[in-house]
Amino acid sequence: MSMVNPLAKARGLGSAKSGVHHWYAQRASALLLLFLVGWLIFSMFRLAGADHAQASAFLSSPFNAAFMILLLISLFYHGMLGLQVVIEDYVRRPGLEIFLHFLTRAGAFSGMAVGTVYVLKLAIGA
Amino acid sequence: MIGPYYRPQLTSIMSITHRATGVLLSVIGAPLLLCWIIAVNNGPQSYNALTEFFSGWLGKLLVLAILFSMSFHLLNGIRHLIWDTGRALEIKSAYALGWAVLGGTVLLTLSLAGVLL
Repeated sequence: MSMVNPLAKARGLGSAKSGVHHWYAQRASALLLLFLVGWLIFSMFRLAGADHAQASAFLSSPFNAAFMILLLISLFYHGMLGLQVVIEDYVRRPGLEIFLHFLTRAGAFSGMAVGTVYVLKLAIGA
Repeated sequence: MIGPYYRPQLTSIMSITHRATGVLLSVIGAPLLLCWIIAVNNGPQSYNALTEFFSGWLGKLLVLAILFSMSFHLLNGIRHLIWDTGRALEIKSAYALGWAVLGGTVLLTLSLAGVLL
């Protein structure tokens, strides 16, 4: 047994990493998604069998456009946090792990950007 | 969790399924939603091509997998959020809520698939 008390323990900081923020962010985004995916499911029932004109009209409405952008940002954020944990748990090779973390984050932020631009393009009609 | 001493339980199977469906939704579900939005942007031709793909066997399988994953992850996610408040952690309620989630998943998946596929 070590006679030295780790600094993190002495300060009551737990593992001294950023786990609490990750834990909180995962659940906060889950709570948001509860309502946003509820809206998505409601919209799926409404849009079932829709042609292009109906789908376009749906996304062009400011209310739906705002909800869709909120959904995409929360979805990619929540997915990014989840994939991060899965990679941390199952990927053993450090090089591959860092690469996959990079890919996850790059993919998530790209998804948010691309999704927001395309929804806005329809909603504003540029 | 797989090893010589592991016996399948509802709780552990649902736990790993929560992860698997989460990965599927992140890697395939969200990009598919993005594809739909882009297809709507590109005009009727792209949109019809996408809906045609969704009506083929591969498209239908993909949509069904996403609908199941979304339903399961959403409902089981509520179960996790309830646990996070410190409630329903007893074995009996963990199982009861587990079965409720499974029942709800089947109902939601089937009704969405019935309307969309």
